[in-house]
Amino acid sequence: MSAIAEFPSAAHLTPSSDGDSQLLEVSMGPQHPSTHGVFRMDVVLDGETVVKLKPIFGYLHRNHEKIAEDETYLGSMPYTDRLDYFCSLTNNWAYALAVETLAGVQVPERAQYLRVITAELTRLQNHASLIGFLMQDMGASGTPLMYAFREREKILDLFEALTGARMMCNYMRFGGCRVDLPAGWLEQAKQVVAAFPRFLDQYESLLAGNEILMARTQGVGVLSRELAINAGITGPVLRACGVNYDLRKVDKYGIYDRFNFRIPLGDHGDVYDRYMIRVLEMRESIKILEQAMRDLPEGPITDPKTKVRNFRPKPGEAYGRIEAPKGELGFYLISDGTPNPYRYRVRPPSLINLTVLEDMCLGRNIADVVIILGSIDIVMGEVDR
Amino acid sequence: MLGNGLLKGLTETARNFFGSYVDKDRLTTIQYPEERAPRIEASRNFPFLVYDGTDPQAGLRCVSCLICEKECPPKCIFIEKSTDKKPDAVGKPQFYPTRFNIDVSVCMSCQICVEVCPFDAIKMDNDFEASATGRFSDLLWTKERLAKSNEYYHHIHPTEAADVDAVLAAARAKAAAPRPPAPSAPGGAPEK
Repeated sequence: MSAIAEFPSAAHLTPSSDGDSQLLEVSMGPQHPSTHGVFRMDVVLDGETVVKLKPIFGYLHRNHEKIAEDETYLGSMPYTDRLDYFCSLTNNWAYALAVETLAGVQVPERAQYLRVITAELTRLQNHASLIGFLMQDMGASGTPLMYAFREREKILDLFEALTGARMMCNYMRFGGCRVDLPAGWLEQAKQVVAAFPRFLDQYESLLAGNEILMARTQGVGVLSRELAINAGITGPVLRACGVNYDLRKVDKYGIYDRFNFRIPLGDHGDVYDRYMIRVLEMRESIKILEQAMRDLPEGPITDPKTKVRNFRPKPGEAYGRIEAPKGELGFYLISDGTPNPYRYRVRPPSLINLTVLEDMCLGRNIADVVIILGSIDIVMGEVDR
Repeated sequence: MLGNGLLKGLTETARNFFGSYVDKDRLTTIQYPEERAPRIEASRNFPFLVYDGTDPQAGLRCVSCLICEKECPPKCIFIEKSTDKKPDAVGKPQFYPTRFNIDVSVCMSCQICVEVCPFDAIKMDNDFEASATGRFSDLLWTKERLAKSNEYYHHIHPTEAADVDAVLAAARAKAAAPRPPAPSAPGGAPEK
């Protein structure tokens, strides 16, 4: 077949056992609309079945980690917004947590609550839009995605009123947050959160019983518990396999030990479980938000001893990690006592969750690859950095 | 029955579609150039330089201390310091910028220049209609383009501008009084 000749790397592959079919190497991406960014997959097909899949990325590489070594500690904060551009506030928090561990900074009570509120709102909008994108990948073009974006926009309006930007929030600072809540923000946020369960119910009646959705997701892209643990998978993808691991419970970073919430767990580890886990997580996030907004104390929002300029942590190293909507997001920093970090490393959940893509896709149809990729929830800004 | 879930979903779609004729909340989009969403006060886009009084260049609060140039994460600010001094917003003789350029195609609207400025001279604008065709001719903003009045600042960020004015007025009062016996300014500017 001429197609094989055009892909010399597939020349060593042998045709399948029945003898009359040949393998075909297809390059999906980097501009394919369903690849969630500039991402490419080198897929080898036997008929429609995936025999081999190689993710190829790096198209969006921006040298984030090396740039951070030349920036001040504060100067890297706006760059972290651009890692996972859906969840800038959780990125801010993970980085702030790493620097606070490094420098031994205490965070005031009110700032801790503000961090929880903004992070859980981020989780709501990330999961809502992810489900929309997943439906888009399945061919439900527009409707579920637009319903999700309608709700997401309300949360983004809250972010804009608080931080000044819808997506590139740049809100958290070492030892607190940048600005306090503007007048009326909390009431507006309470309204948005109170209306969210109604949206989830609506979404559920739109999708949950849908036969096409079930047929396309149940039993597709199964990830075994052992492989998920061994590959270092985190976040909803791991919990969909039934592994009870959530850093909000394990690390209890910030003030998460004060809230009453549960960790939803899946059973089969297929795409349907990953979809349902996100719906359930949104319901748990609403519980956390209600408690946090009820208990929000008065007080300062920054640690007055932490300087904005000339911030020099003592020499040492620190790792700060949080449960970002996509999984464990960690920042590893080494300080040598100068105003900029000696080493700066990001542990992006999207990249590490992407490593099991081939294992989930082998033996499935090419049409399932798109859904499986969508259910991992990747953002290329974070994968390539 | 097979197809039950599908029908249930379609009912939801129909409810949303017909609901948009009666429920204003369901109409979330607006016809942009004619209609505009209300501006959010905290919203930020690109920085501008605040001036007091009537002369945009003589009244600039910037004293060319170069802190924002140094702290700017993407390094989009370029400042040339003057050799002579002129009185600043408080009345002290200070340097002033002979050139102050911001390359807004590089600027990432992070607001760090505003946070580090000790003179309240640079603030964030919320004018988002800044599209242009010339990469260097239109997107390299000089201090003539960047200078905007304090009244404009009050117009776009009323709460924040009122705080800044109170701090500056206290500083001016302190500078005007020859040697006040007791500290007249209340302790400390609010931290941004």
